[in-house]
Amino acid sequence: MRTLTLSVSLVLLATVPLWVANDYYVNIATQILLYAVFALGLNLLVGYAGLVSLGHAGLFGIAAYAGAIFINGGADHLIAVIGALAVTLLAAAVFAVLALRGTGLGFVMITVALGQIVWGVAYRWISITNGDNGVSITTQPSPFGLSLATASGFYWATLLVFLAAVLMIWIFVGSPFGASLRGTRDQPRRMNALGYHVWMIRFLAFLFSGLWSGVAGMLFLYYNQFVSPQVVALSASAEALLMVIAGGTGTLLGPIAGAALVVIMKNVASAYISRWNLVLGAIFVAIVIFMPEGLVPGSVRLWYWVRDRLYPREGEPVRGARQKSGV
Amino acid sequence: MNLWLVLAGNSVAFGGLLFLLSAGFSLIFGLMRIPNLTHGSLFMLGAYFGTSLIAAGFSFWPAAIAAGIGVAILGGLIERLLLRRLPGAELAQVLVTLGLSFMIADLCLMGWGGDPIEIATPPALRGATRVATVAFPTYRLAVIAVAAIIAAGLWGLLDRTRLGAMIRAGVDDPAMARVVGIRVSRLFTIVFCLGAGLAGFAGVIGGPILSVYPGLDQDMLPLALVVVILGGSGSLVGSFVGSFVVGFLYNFGQAMLPELAYVVLFLPMLIVLVLRPQGLFGRAAP
Repeated sequence: MRTLTLSVSLVLLATVPLWVANDYYVNIATQILLYAVFALGLNLLVGYAGLVSLGHAGLFGIAAYAGAIFINGGADHLIAVIGALAVTLLAAAVFAVLALRGTGLGFVMITVALGQIVWGVAYRWISITNGDNGVSITTQPSPFGLSLATASGFYWATLLVFLAAVLMIWIFVGSPFGASLRGTRDQPRRMNALGYHVWMIRFLAFLFSGLWSGVAGMLFLYYNQFVSPQVVALSASAEALLMVIAGGTGTLLGPIAGAALVVIMKNVASAYISRWNLVLGAIFVAIVIFMPEGLVPGSVRLWYWVRDRLYPREGEPVRGARQKSGV
Repeated sequence: MNLWLVLAGNSVAFGGLLFLLSAGFSLIFGLMRIPNLTHGSLFMLGAYFGTSLIAAGFSFWPAAIAAGIGVAILGGLIERLLLRRLPGAELAQVLVTLGLSFMIADLCLMGWGGDPIEIATPPALRGATRVATVAFPTYRLAVIAVAAIIAAGLWGLLDRTRLGAMIRAGVDDPAMARVVGIRVSRLFTIVFCLGAGLAGFAGVIGGPILSVYPGLDQDMLPLALVVVILGGSGSLVGSFVGSFVVGFLYNFGQAMLPELAYVVLFLPMLIVLVLRPQGLFGRAAP
């Protein structure tokens, strides 16, 4: 059953450009996958480490800016991507050292401040970042002979990166390290008493999360061929966090569903009204108040509830009782 | 030489303005343990209320006070209707304030348009006043005076009244304060109203210096965050000192390293965080 679902969704995902004729919808699918990579990366911290970052757009943007600057400096695409990811990892390490001075709300505040520094630098340091006008790039790579200039070509490239992200994060979460990370989320003191280096576990999780944010940032750069301070604004970090929370923290599917929800809402909303931020804020407030565990765990809970009522089994506790969520 | 003195004067005035903004932010953070991310929006909303009241024929100071009261009522509604629904879930409360800040920013854009609106300096305070050999804009001196009066008033409230003693008790140990019969949840509403009102009032007072424009909220919120991280949460002295430190850093940073003004502003905050995470005047978490 599980294998079947998985293979059907894989086939469906891989053939999107074939049965969706319109480039506009293929591009929306590309955006969903791109932001899903970002949300999956952020979820490593928010969901599995219990550390809510509101500065991740800073890491996303640092990768995009670094990539653009390397490419405009004449670097080869491979070198530019590796260089940009290295810069992002370095930035993530600095972010982590500072932000991990606090947990809980202290962590939130420090990441807000760090994100605002990145925004300030992007906006003000005009000689490097070109200020409000942003940085453009003119070339795209063609990995394995796949042209990224067409909508479907870019979709397939993004899909490959997305699948790699899902696979690696799935392995990461299931590994002993992933288990110890969840341990530091739920019982940091006991983990410490058991001899785990709580700070180091969180630090490494931050780096891994930053790496995927950087990968998403590079995809964003190649997709738009443009990066501006808008990308690193607080609202961008909040949007990413909304994807994670809306879909459900601490699940693999949640951030993907959340990214799809936000990207589709954004495109639908912008077709009718120009007030996306109002909608974003309203969804945020509504989800936090009414469905704090997110859409995916919320739906799963509903499914178990319905199934256990329809087919009650002897001697088995009713599953899906409201669980303590990450938020 | 005179240039530096004028810059220093401007820094003090800006610090005074920041104090009005961040005193409430710090109290809310100290008592309710949440960084109120709508605080910049409340500042901006107060400023927009002020422009409308002035356009409706009010003079400057009544408009500022009325805008402050209006924003205080809104703050009370936010606390009562939204934050109250999420007791003990600080993170969810922060996310609600974040969502609200986006909504307020967009509603302001709808209501007042995207063009910056100037708030005229009150006529009695136009021009410059000579202090020794240097000429300062009179209005900025008035801002310093207003900030000093409000600082004194807040100090009196917190240090000399029964309500202030209850607030301090709530900041220090909310559980114990409840045990001895203080209604901490009512303090939440009072402090939230007070902080919101001060922010709205500060928005109008800051109008002649900053003017009002979309994005003002995003410019002010990080400054309030820095003040509270520097000074320590829940400490009036901390936000007072922090405000002036940030006022100086911001103005001198803009003048000397305009491209890196934000780095100059945030670097000291990061240093304080690393060396003294509870802030200069904050107490270490128990």
